[in-house]
Amino acid sequence: MSGNQSVMKRGVPWLFFLFLTASLVGLVVVSSGMGYLAISPSQVVDIIVAGFSGQDVAGLPDTFGYVVWDVRLPRILTAAFVGGGLAVAGVLFQAILLNPLADPYTLGVSSGAAFGACLGLLVNLSFLGSCSVPLLAFSGAVTTLFVVLWLASVDGRLGTNTLILSGVIVAAILSAGIGFIKHLADEQVGVIIFWLMGSFASKTWLDVAMTAAAGCFALAVALFYGRDLNIMALGHRTSESLGVDTSRTRKILLVCGTLVTATCVAVSGIIGFIGLITPHLMRFILGPDNRSLAPASFLAGAILLLIADTITRAVLPSEVPIGVLTALIGGPFFCYIFRKKQQEQG
Amino acid sequence: MTLLEVDHLSFHYPGREVLHEISLVLESGKFYGLLGSNGSGKTTLLDLMIGNLRPTNGGVFLHGKPLPSYPRRKLAREMALIPQEFRAGFDFSVFEVVLMGRHPYIPRFGAPDEDDLTIVQEAMEAIGVAELADRPVTALSGGEKQRVIAARALAQNTPLLIMDEATANLDVLHTRQIFNVVKKRVKKESMTVIAAIHNLNQAAAFCDEIFLLKGGKIFARGLAEDILVPEKIFDVFGVRCRTGWNEFSGSHQVSLQWKMS
Repeated sequence: MSGNQSVMKRGVPWLFFLFLTASLVGLVVVSSGMGYLAISPSQVVDIIVAGFSGQDVAGLPDTFGYVVWDVRLPRILTAAFVGGGLAVAGVLFQAILLNPLADPYTLGVSSGAAFGACLGLLVNLSFLGSCSVPLLAFSGAVTTLFVVLWLASVDGRLGTNTLILSGVIVAAILSAGIGFIKHLADEQVGVIIFWLMGSFASKTWLDVAMTAAAGCFALAVALFYGRDLNIMALGHRTSESLGVDTSRTRKILLVCGTLVTATCVAVSGIIGFIGLITPHLMRFILGPDNRSLAPASFLAGAILLLIADTITRAVLPSEVPIGVLTALIGGPFFCYIFRKKQQEQG
Repeated sequence: MTLLEVDHLSFHYPGREVLHEISLVLESGKFYGLLGSNGSGKTTLLDLMIGNLRPTNGGVFLHGKPLPSYPRRKLAREMALIPQEFRAGFDFSVFEVVLMGRHPYIPRFGAPDEDDLTIVQEAMEAIGVAELADRPVTALSGGEKQRVIAARALAQNTPLLIMDEATANLDVLHTRQIFNVVKKRVKKESMTVIAAIHNLNQAAAFCDEIFLLKGGKIFARGLAEDILVPEKIFDVFGVRCRTGWNEFSGSHQVSLQWKMS
């Protein structure tokens, strides 16, 4: 049997999911103990258990509790949910557009979200309180997605390379736009740079809640439409003849992928390539079935981004912006996939 | 028994009429051929029959009920399509692609049961792709892909099968195999087939009735020996020919004047 057999024949890869879940939980615990103030994993577990049960931890300094529960854990969990959310968005975009190079970053959706958020900041829009930035990010992301799709479509068809080229062009224009906003908004330069480079510094439990809600929602939708997405890989006519409403499914999933991207960008800035790398790795291990690919990518995306954030937070001598780190790793990976695809087509 | 009826159906894209006032009836257990030159509207008519397109005027009725009244999944249990082109976005295995034919029968969060797996295996064996079962479809040749998609449509197990130049990429051996498998189902299981075909001899050998399309209208309809005659073929395709019964092929056949004088 080939390595690409999927759940249809082999069953759901529960063991692999269990391995990923255990790795993620272990990583959260280990990462929470890492940093300027080193705390042992058992103490971290005590603090987390106490935090969730609303009790004080006996025998540990208050600073330990504060550092783990109020400072590190919100950052760590936000990083994990953003990683998971972006990876699921990548799965959705790749499956809908039948394009293995599509992800929120290469499609320009992340830049659109960041532009929307920055624009709101510049004109001081805060009509909906803490939801204002995510909403503006969503508006920016949706608009960008439609512009990119419009730019890339010729005779109603989307070419793989044309789509990515359109995404890169629109993202470049938007980055220049963000740069211009930065120029206009002297006092808030720091915040705008944050959106350009991405960061998990100073995250709160509200950020955890927002990214968790968006990520889990996207995962649930991806699971619900998993088999339809598989069938859509056979093309429009075939999937329609198999009873899949491709046009409706496409719209729902595009909005869903954009929503989770916008929430992630609103909370953590532009973090590229997680949505590209993770589905690829998981597809290599599990095969293309979206019903196992989506949950596996969610968990693996969380693990990858958490590792990257832990490296920049607790291992490197000074903090490198997370978006820079993921781009440094993801950029060459993108080149590899692009080259491989070109060879396959040639 | 009438399975599908096309009633005064017209279809146009903005500024261009593709089909005009088409009416036809498909009976259960018959093999129909749809012939015509390139751009005569064959694919559009098939897409209208399967509900992928909505007619501008007129309608399509399945079991006497208008097509839009059928939920999509129910419609997918009534008719299957073998398209002219097939591309797979990701490297699903051949088995997985053929199993997708069972999608209309499996609940959203359900798994295929023994019957589904048996039907899939039988479809793969009938078309001769069982030995490719574990290969990724992206690694197959054009002809192999075409056979996989035919097996997928057969696994859908529907009363009506729509073939849109389904054997365009195939050699004569595999073309013959697919048409014989389908014809057997027409005879034994009363399946109805409508196939857009370019090869006139193939149509003459397999079809119980032929619809000849010209300029978006039905130019002629009937038995192969009445329709595939020199005058009509010249009118539709602009090519001279001789026709008649051929003992060796066991059917009415067309000899085309290939060389242009």
